[in-house]
Amino acid sequence: MPMRHTLPALVLLPLMHAPAAAQVGPGVSSFTLDNGLMVVVIADHRAPVVTQMIWYRVGSADEPQGQSGIAHFLEHLMFKATETLEDGEFSRIVSENGGSDNAFTSTDYTAYYQRIASDRLELVMAMEADRMVNLDPSAAGVLSERDVVLEERRQVVESAPGGPFGEARRAALYLNHPYGRPVIGWEHEIAQFDRDMAMAFYARHYSPNNAVLMIAGDVERTDVEALATRHFGPIPASTAVAPRLRPQEPPHRAARRIEMRDARVREPLVVRSYLAPQRLSGDQHAAAALAILADVLGGSGTTSVMARDLVLGDGVALDASASYSATGLDVQSFGVHVTPRPGVSLAQAEAAMDATIARFIVEGPDPAQLARVKGRIRASEIYALDDQSRRARRIGAALTSGLTLEDVAQWPELLDAVTGEEVRAAAASVFRPENSVTGWLAAPDAESGEVGQ
Amino acid sequence: MIRALATAVALAMTGPARAEIGITPVPSPGGVTAWLYEARTVPILTIEASFQGGSALDPAGAEGVARLMTALLDQGSGDLDATGFAEAREDLAARIGFSASRDEVKVSVTMLAEKRDATIDLVRAALLSPRFDTEAVERVRRRTLSSIRRSETEPRSVAGLAFRSAAFAGHPYGRPLDGTIESVSALDAAALRGAHAAAFARDRLRVAVVGAISPDELGPVLDRLFGALPASGPALPDVASPVMSGQTTVIALDIPQSVVTFGHGGIARSDPDFVAAVVLDHVLGGGGFSSRLMREMREVRGLTYGVRTNLAPGDFGSLYTGSFSTANARLAEAIGLVRAEWARMSETGVTEAELTQAKRYLTGEYPLRFDGNARIAGQLLGLQTAGLDIGYVNIRNDLVQAVTAQDVARVARRLLRPELLTMVVVGKPEGLAAGN
Repeated sequence: MPMRHTLPALVLLPLMHAPAAAQVGPGVSSFTLDNGLMVVVIADHRAPVVTQMIWYRVGSADEPQGQSGIAHFLEHLMFKATETLEDGEFSRIVSENGGSDNAFTSTDYTAYYQRIASDRLELVMAMEADRMVNLDPSAAGVLSERDVVLEERRQVVESAPGGPFGEARRAALYLNHPYGRPVIGWEHEIAQFDRDMAMAFYARHYSPNNAVLMIAGDVERTDVEALATRHFGPIPASTAVAPRLRPQEPPHRAARRIEMRDARVREPLVVRSYLAPQRLSGDQHAAAALAILADVLGGSGTTSVMARDLVLGDGVALDASASYSATGLDVQSFGVHVTPRPGVSLAQAEAAMDATIARFIVEGPDPAQLARVKGRIRASEIYALDDQSRRARRIGAALTSGLTLEDVAQWPELLDAVTGEEVRAAAASVFRPENSVTGWLAAPDAESGEVGQ
Repeated sequence: MIRALATAVALAMTGPARAEIGITPVPSPGGVTAWLYEARTVPILTIEASFQGGSALDPAGAEGVARLMTALLDQGSGDLDATGFAEAREDLAARIGFSASRDEVKVSVTMLAEKRDATIDLVRAALLSPRFDTEAVERVRRRTLSSIRRSETEPRSVAGLAFRSAAFAGHPYGRPLDGTIESVSALDAAALRGAHAAAFARDRLRVAVVGAISPDELGPVLDRLFGALPASGPALPDVASPVMSGQTTVIALDIPQSVVTFGHGGIARSDPDFVAAVVLDHVLGGGGFSSRLMREMREVRGLTYGVRTNLAPGDFGSLYTGSFSTANARLAEAIGLVRAEWARMSETGVTEAELTQAKRYLTGEYPLRFDGNARIAGQLLGLQTAGLDIGYVNIRNDLVQAVTAQDVARVARRLLRPELLTMVVVGKPEGLAAGN
């Protein structure tokens, strides 16, 4: 092993076992170390490959006020020096062993992963355990990485009008919850980050009792237990981990509208977002109905309700779709999106979209279409078995968003059990104007309500 | 089953242990041959097929026709209109995709094994008897025109298109794959039918199949899908050598960052030095966080979120390109670094340490490409389109191991031409001298 990394010698710790995990899917099991680290194993022996992911229960919505983006900035710094590794050495060692690695940050979690030959699992696990507590980036490394993140923001958010438009809609949707801030952070706050701010955030949130370790691939559960115990077991639980109590949304009373003008816009767009309940542990019925609603209403370019009404034939739109983010710690959003066809104004497109929604709230879904949507969802469970990384990702997101393995196991059955009347009722309850933000994106010269394009 | 394949590939990496792996060439009774990897752990079947030609066959003035044609294949065929086709596909829970790229038209199908025959029939109808109904043509055309208009202010698209059109002026490779507003507006049903007839022929076909099917079962499936296609396709384009100026061109766009595409002529996939070029590229800019360009530009100086180079071999011409973006104020510095690393690599090649690291990554990563049905199918098709032998998976890592620093230095001198390194910048750069 080309690393200089020492941890206390193997200490065998008693393990708590969670039997329900087997229902999540073939090969899935889990256990929890004494220090609170939850470990989920997805055994898939088809190829000698393993994916290690560690998910921390911290995301942008857990950031201190005025430090938007610090969770994502810390994610970048996690590839810098530790007490035993130099800046960049983590990824170089992974690469020299034929693996690939990366990380991602969301509102509710921060996750790191490596894909590598399964006989190298211990190597990457030892390094992942190391940087859970031993991060030690140089001041210069922190500053150059801050420039990298500013460039990332310019590239990912600022290089097309859709980026700032999305940020503005989110900020308008959430009146009080930190979900209104961009995950990458506002530019002026990123520009103020320093080593102390990042390390304070690290000390507070990175610990075994605030993480889920997922090992998917050609592994045996007993081997994972031994390795996790050896490398993560000696790390003490942290007392700094606190319940994730974020400011919640008050009742919304006023529908909001925003309009963004940008010279780069070639195709105008109307998007409406509604606050929508998330999957709640032990109570996922409302979310299941909304997930089916998104699929029925706008999940296909040809057969969905919005496609039939708004796109096919003489429809007003080039594109029409619906989206719902079911998984998250706090209240989520349901979106409807319409790109008008040339000659149709944003006002006309929005009116047609509203007519479709109003009709759907009365009529509900076509039973044949509902059956097809459910068939597709059932099949996707089978297709998902071909992709170990995706399976790990789905479970990791759920476990860091307030859900349990039991919830994950029940989700497909709950989706399958949703009735047409439940879908209709979900539409009636989510499409409330006062809970919404309607956004128009247009070129500067187009008059409001005038012909697009 | 996959395990046997990936393990064999992994063993090949270490040299002596050479397992016999189970990729089988399956010739159908009608004369279509597929590479099959039988895998039954998950009850699904993946078929990946490609037809050489693709957008490179678009006639001058009809740019974008291959893409519009393939986008219409699932919008009605035989007795089914667009909605009927989509409903049939949903009933089968099948994943069916058609796409056109520079060199090929691709058919990607993943199905539940229990729905195999009905799914094959649906794909067959799309391939053989697309309807090109007026409603569908106009709808998909509107969407395509919208996407072309949108890309006019997307800096990456603008830079990439400008780079290619300069490098391959007068050759199909210099044309936009999606077409232009004018060309797509002018496409009619006859043009679409012409493109359909040109795209699909058995002598242009390569097929990879992975999943729950035996060789005996596969033969008739291949004939059912492809047997009725014409035996041969139209003439393919000539191979072109890109013409590079070595200059830096700026296309003004009011954005906070400059987006850059850079490069010059590349190396063909069939070139005996291609594997050495892969090693070179890994060290220079293809190797993610560990490449020289990434280290100098991102790790050390924080100039960019990412820089990447790319060997872009094509059937009808090859490029070696790269891209990055950086704040307008720092563009001159960034371009200077790319040019300096290009020259340094061209003059001195790689160190022994870099060579060792690159080989470890390239040989270790290779078996990871075989860890699922869909990924294996993609690999097996890629080997065929690259013109490689069915046994290549066994020797590929040996070829990488055999590359020496001298090989890389030789390829570096030949491939890297600092005086021809051409840059297209989209943005509002500051402090950039003309011609840089």
